[in-house]
Amino acid sequence: MAETATAAFEQPESFAFDAESEAEIATTIAKYPAGKQASGVLPLLWIAQRQMGRQTNSAWVPVKAMDEIARILEIAPIRVYEVCTFYLMFNTAPVGKFHLQLCTTTPCWLRGSDDVVAASRSATGLKGWKEVSADGLFSMTEVECLGACVNAPILQVNDDFYEDMDAEKTKALIEALRRGEIPKPGSMSGRQTSAPDGGPITLTTLSFAKAQ
Amino acid sequence: MLSDQDRIFTNLYGVHDWRLAGARARGDWDGTKEIIARGRDAIIEEMKASGLRGRGGAGFPTGMKWSFMPKEIGARPHYLVVNADESEPGTCKDRDILRHDPHKLVEGCLLASFAMGAHACYIYVRGEFTNEAKHLQQAVDEAYEAGLIGKNACGSGWDFDCYVHRGAGAYICGEETALIESLEGKKGMPRLKPPFPAAVGLYGCPTTVNNVESIAVAPTILRRGAAWFSALGRPKNAGTKLFCISGHVNKPCNVEEELGIPLKELIEKYAGGVRGGWDNLLAVIPGGASVPLLPKATCDTILMDFDSLREVRSGLGTAAVIVMDKSTDVIRAIARLSAFYKHESCGQCTPCREGTGWMMRVMNRMVQGRAEPDEIDTLEQVTKQVEGHTICALGDAAAWPIQGLIRHFRPLMLERIQQYKSRGAARMAAE
Repeated sequence: MAETATAAFEQPESFAFDAESEAEIATTIAKYPAGKQASGVLPLLWIAQRQMGRQTNSAWVPVKAMDEIARILEIAPIRVYEVCTFYLMFNTAPVGKFHLQLCTTTPCWLRGSDDVVAASRSATGLKGWKEVSADGLFSMTEVECLGACVNAPILQVNDDFYEDMDAEKTKALIEALRRGEIPKPGSMSGRQTSAPDGGPITLTTLSFAKAQ
Repeated sequence: MLSDQDRIFTNLYGVHDWRLAGARARGDWDGTKEIIARGRDAIIEEMKASGLRGRGGAGFPTGMKWSFMPKEIGARPHYLVVNADESEPGTCKDRDILRHDPHKLVEGCLLASFAMGAHACYIYVRGEFTNEAKHLQQAVDEAYEAGLIGKNACGSGWDFDCYVHRGAGAYICGEETALIESLEGKKGMPRLKPPFPAAVGLYGCPTTVNNVESIAVAPTILRRGAAWFSALGRPKNAGTKLFCISGHVNKPCNVEEELGIPLKELIEKYAGGVRGGWDNLLAVIPGGASVPLLPKATCDTILMDFDSLREVRSGLGTAAVIVMDKSTDVIRAIARLSAFYKHESCGQCTPCREGTGWMMRVMNRMVQGRAEPDEIDTLEQVTKQVEGHTICALGDAAAWPIQGLIRHFRPLMLERIQQYKSRGAARMAAE
């Protein structure tokens, strides 16, 4: 729903999977029946995006990577392009080393996601969605429900969920990332996952629970 | 209150070890071989007798769904596909199963696959659940290593492979045929039914798609018996259910309770009550974003099960309870859901592709009050033109929240319009 501000960027002239990716690709394609290797499109796009993250600190999928996936899976490149652009999580333009994905859907909004968005903007200096900061550290995108609503609001950084956020915690998180620290993901209020604040009030009487 | 002994997800909060040793200590993988030895028909009959209704939202009887698969395995292999593409706003129950009780799911996959004559199962996990998918993959690896799945799974004589496949951020892939398309490596665009997946599903083969929770409760039901499960809950709404309580409550949380628990009890006992007290309640969305909201008067007495909620023209959906107190701009809360559906429409059917955008734009004007009173009727009419006129239920899901808003909060919408008009008149007078 948001405006995007994508700066001009260059597509790399070539792309080749590295050894780590090649090994992943082999085990991935083996999951699907013979002749159905097209099922590997999403997994291979993930592998390409992760490799870009490793190599360039920006996890995105260049067109040359899509072409390489089409070659490996023996399908037309358009089959890869259309999939890559359909799914929100594949970035078709560079993102920051820390890609901030902010949920603003109703359950997060009710718990104050507007504050988290504002704090992310001011702490990173980013104005528009999908903009990348000049130092390459941060980018921000608005996402739809992340599926952790009892821990709302959620701020996803790369693969990790930071939960029970507010403006102050968002600022602290972004400052820590800037210093090169990766705070432990999960609830930032310190509660046990999806249990109510103050600790579980169910599942407390089972014998294996007592034993531990 | 449901006793801990009757709870299925005993590691819901991840307090204990989620790996194989911990899962075994909690009773998973106990006597799996013997359950398989009962045979396909006996397992399906037991599931039918349990009264389990699908936990993904539609509430279709699980045992009956399994029975739709061909009795004999023909030239085409059978598949089980597990829908772990949990994305319905408000819902975060499958996440806890994947990360804290993954072995319940893997064991359920084996039993369900055997009952349907499937030698392979794909678990489609939403893309954002990277860490959850890692736990699940480790559980699958552990199960292979221990001989619980793979060739001659659990020594039962049944060969069974289980694969984890990740999505990449598309709500529509939670629709079963869109999920199948996505699993085949395509855009997640729903297929026309019939043919139903049980006849033509993944790779054109007989396929059943089940929700994570439906599959993960199966081993416990088969171990403890249909009579135990069906004695919990209410008639035709049997068993326990994971509830997700989010929004304006003092202690948002997930909890497993019996179906049919009063909504008020659920919120007050487990989620610390509504912020500011029960009388500060404005409305509740009882089953994930797609179902119409309930005003406080209904919330006072409503029971949380499929049939009770249907009677008040809402639904249990995924049992994701989104609570809104009196500070909420409920028009904006619903307008944000309209934006969600507009964003997530796959664009295949015209009523949904065009309708979700249109509804969102009108809802955004309704938030401001920048509308004419009769536009509320037009909006309602358009929701009815989208509802039921699309291949999948996303069109319906986009229509229902708005219909619920108009049904229960029309005076508020009119008031907003009047306020906007009087502000305009004041501006004109000042100029």
